[in-house]
Amino acid sequence: MRYIEHDIVVKRMNGRNVVNKLFKSIFLLATLSALLALVILLYQIVSQGASHLSIDFLTNFASRFPAEAGIKAALVGSIWLMLVVAPTSIILGVGSAIYLEEYAGKNRITTFIQMNISNLAGVPSVVFGLLGLTIFVRALALGNSILAAGFTMSLLILPVIIVASQEAIRSVPGELRDASYGMGATKWQTIVRIILPAAIPGILTGSILALSRAIGETAPLIVVGVPVIIQFLPEGVMDTFTALPMQIYDWSSRPQQEFQQVAAAGIIVLMSVLLLMNSVAVFIRNKFEKRY
Amino acid sequence: MGQSVQEMIAQSKGKKSKKFVEKMIPVLLFLIATVSVLTTIGIMLTLIVETVTFFTRVSFIEFIFGTTWLPFSNLDAQFGILPLIVGTLKITLIAIVVAVPIGISAAIYLSEYATDNVRRVIKPVLEVLAGIPTIVYGFFALTFVTPLLQSIFPEIKIFNAISPGIVVGIMIIPMIASLSEDAMSSVPKSIRDGALAMGSTKFEVAMKITVPAAISGIIASVVLAISRAIGETMIVSLAAGSTPKFDGDFTGSIQTMTAYIVQVSKGDAGYGTTIYYSIYAVGFTLFVFTLVMNILANYVSKRFREEY
Repeated sequence: MRYIEHDIVVKRMNGRNVVNKLFKSIFLLATLSALLALVILLYQIVSQGASHLSIDFLTNFASRFPAEAGIKAALVGSIWLMLVVAPTSIILGVGSAIYLEEYAGKNRITTFIQMNISNLAGVPSVVFGLLGLTIFVRALALGNSILAAGFTMSLLILPVIIVASQEAIRSVPGELRDASYGMGATKWQTIVRIILPAAIPGILTGSILALSRAIGETAPLIVVGVPVIIQFLPEGVMDTFTALPMQIYDWSSRPQQEFQQVAAAGIIVLMSVLLLMNSVAVFIRNKFEKRY
Repeated sequence: MGQSVQEMIAQSKGKKSKKFVEKMIPVLLFLIATVSVLTTIGIMLTLIVETVTFFTRVSFIEFIFGTTWLPFSNLDAQFGILPLIVGTLKITLIAIVVAVPIGISAAIYLSEYATDNVRRVIKPVLEVLAGIPTIVYGFFALTFVTPLLQSIFPEIKIFNAISPGIVVGIMIIPMIASLSEDAMSSVPKSIRDGALAMGSTKFEVAMKITVPAAISGIIASVVLAISRAIGETMIVSLAAGSTPKFDGDFTGSIQTMTAYIVQVSKGDAGYGTTIYYSIYAVGFTLFVFTLVMNILANYVSKRFREEY
């Protein structure tokens, strides 16, 4: 007596295999379409912007004439912005992460802070702009300075840095900690000399990725009131400035066709900066990541 | 080196400064950790206080139920937020229509079909897609997607809801794909192997085992993506126009909540004017929308999670 009818199985299996193959192709096509979008986007930008890209473009200030428009003020402004955002957000982010991972007890306050961080990560960036406008620009009277915009950006990327640092600290094995305590080290000594050095690659990688988000953010800058046309370079953190995404936004929204090419050239500069930052992050991850 | 270890320990224990540091550090770190909480409180207070000022000038009923958003009119300014909400929903709808099928398909492909090598190539590319600044997407919508759509459907205007909607969709694909894939990958291999051993095809495993088991994570990823689409600002500011409209038209210029905030901020509305306060009222509405979505996503992923 045969329990399995070979012919029937083959007949049914055929149809199901066809369905399986069909959907495999559909899923693959869907995945590839996302990749295709990326390729088209990059191609469009390079093909439009490459012709305008030159040394002059990097060293000229913004101009009414597309041919003379340059990105100097925006590039320098973005670097200034990062000089404020990087220390502020990393100190606050890593400090919070150390507290949450090493000191905080498992109580309601800790749960609340943790929940608050994950909710904060979901707040739209334009709302952070409104916060910055009220608190930093008006209440603290910082005006539309690098400092005001930098603090706003720092708060925006704070949740990302906290979460990345927490993961990095959590992945430091308990034995290292125990060994340090066993040698008579205090808690703070253990954190500074054992845990942080071991966690630093993860923290840096997360921080660089967060900073690369900050460098591309536009909406909070507009709301905070960062101007576009600037014909000088900032000399301190209290000066007004403009930034790469602001400049690109301005060029993109101009009606003249020529400015589209200038905008594309600006995007190439911005994307190059991002590529550079991401490469550094990947390099740090690969080079210093220790497996315990 | 006349000291024994014991003496050294005793000596070091006696140091006041060290004890002080050990006591102060947790306090200091706690204060730093409260910055994130203060940020949330700051956002809430800012939005609430300025919105309350706004409602001393414009009636709450008009704001919530009004179907005309005409803030710049000198004679007859009207602040009914529904047109801005409708604009936001149009963008979100198109984005979801684009992103959900592609994102979930990509997640199924990556978790069920792809070999490790393929996955190693595709996942970083998706990460790149997720890391592109929104201003770049906005430029792409305005200079490529809109002209492309216009060449196919001539009735589409230069500013419309479809092009930015599609591009917002492209922007949130990586979010849906990677969060859904995480959820699917956490379904134990033994269950899959069981189904495969019973003669299921991979497609049947995906549809009857993996997706149902991971459904809470998949839904949460979609809800989070909706939240991102609602809060997206630069793509719609560049490509969707600035015409708040209370209708079902997708082909012409619209305005979203986020784009209105940008429009006013750019124009440097005088401090203390009703228009100035209106961006906080709109921002508050936007905040409530995204907060509800984030809480919903959290609830779904906790409440309906299958534990293995």
